[in-house]
Amino acid sequence: MAEKLGFFLGCIMPMRYPGIESATREVLKELGVELADLEGASCCPAPGVMRSFDQDTWLAIGARNLAIAQEMGVDILTICNGCYDTLFETAHKLNNDLEALARINKILKQVGIEYKGKTQVRHFVEYLANEIDIDAIKSKVKENGDKKMKAAVFYGCHFLKPSTIKKIDNPERPRIFDDIVEALGVESIEYKDKGSCCGAGGGVRARSPDVALKMTKENLVNMQDAGADFIVDCCPFCHLQFDVGQAELKEFQIPVLHLMQLMAMKFGLDKDKLGLEAHRTPVKL
Amino acid sequence: MTTDAKQPNPEFAKKVVEAGGKTLNLCFQCGTCTGSCPSGRQTAFRTRKLVRRAQLGLKDDIMGSDDLWLCTTCFTCYERCPRGVEIVDIIMALRNMSVREGHMAPQHKKIAQLVSKSGHLVNLRDEDKAFRKKLGLRETPPTVLEKPAGLEQVKKICQITGFDKLVAGD
Ligand code: SF4
Ligand code: SF4
Repeated sequence: MAEKLGFFLGCIMPMRYPGIESATREVLKELGVELADLEGASCCPAPGVMRSFDQDTWLAIGARNLAIAQEMGVDILTICNGCYDTLFETAHKLNNDLEALARINKILKQVGIEYKGKTQVRHFVEYLANEIDIDAIKSKVKENGDKKMKAAVFYGCHFLKPSTIKKIDNPERPRIFDDIVEALGVESIEYKDKGSCCGAGGGVRARSPDVALKMTKENLVNMQDAGADFIVDCCPFCHLQFDVGQAELKEFQIPVLHLMQLMAMKFGLDKDKLGLEAHRTPVKL
Repeated sequence: MTTDAKQPNPEFAKKVVEAGGKTLNLCFQCGTCTGSCPSGRQTAFRTRKLVRRAQLGLKDDIMGSDDLWLCTTCFTCYERCPRGVEIVDIIMALRNMSVREGHMAPQHKKIAQLVSKSGHLVNLRDEDKAFRKKLGLRETPPTVLEKPAGLEQVKKICQITGFDKLVAGD
């Protein structure tokens, strides 16, 4: 199993929800996965905004991050859909398209970097499902509680899509994330339009926050109607949109957990490392 | 001919194709994309129309329009399009062209400048440092925030590509 992986931090997790970072470090240690810090990495950079502004700058900064992993001889692990999208798409393009690789290396050469086109990028949900088996996860669960909790599993967009290159699960009817949640002794509920977008991506939260919130609200109504006790996400940006979005909407109180926080809870790990104080929507579970 | 008649501009459409929208002309206007769009459920943005305008090269209808920036890049349309039109790639190509023509929202400029100057799109405040410490994490994340030489590389990349100038101003 588990060779060492380069832990890509990104921006929102380490700065706004560092509890996701500490939970990730604790959970993966518990599962025997060794993490190395990608020293000097930057923003992935964010696909919705930076790719929209200038694709070559997006690719070049992304390739610089891939090159840090290359120098350390590790593959990258990310716990964020946005970072996953940028780093996976950049690696997919540059590892397969020699012309694009040469074009981007012409930029990188001027800062003393050459990306060789070999780094692989893994999303943590896919890594958990494919490299650590479900039974190993089940065997770590210590906190079962009195009654089975109902989770609205939220995949977000960029974990599975575009599926033509990511090839992880069927984006219309995925199971991969639900199966992990259920292995933790939590019920993953069905809800209307599951698989929809949180509303934040593509620069929409920054430019048209009211439109983003309307999309968020539709998800929240559907989750609430289905009786969700909490939301579990696999992306700090969706996490922020649901957590802060509920504080902005003032109509809902559905706790929001990143899967790494939920796993840390269920594994009975140190509660002080979950960082739930940072959540704008109180987590009372 | 009236001057306000919309003139198709094949040159513009060609540029979109070259900038990454290579599947643009496969669209047969079925509307599956519009029907799938979470943003279009809340707004007047219609994905199919945007693709049609790009096909016809109706540049003035696209550049600087709000519609262009209402896509969350959720990829639902991209997955469902029966013709394999890579809609998000087309939208990205159009956004890049639009930014180069000087159309960029102030909020987006702020984010772009933050990335090109600090290497991150959110800042590290004192309260974040204190919280990180309390959680047993390194106060400053081991990123460009701790490695000035790494930040210099990011800044230089933004100079080489012209990104710093592209996103300057408010
Ligand atoms: S789904 Fe595809 S073919 Fe149909 S209108 Fe949209 S882009 Fe065109
Ligand atoms: S990718 Fe954009 S245009 Fe397509 S469905 Fe999603 S929000 Fe709508």
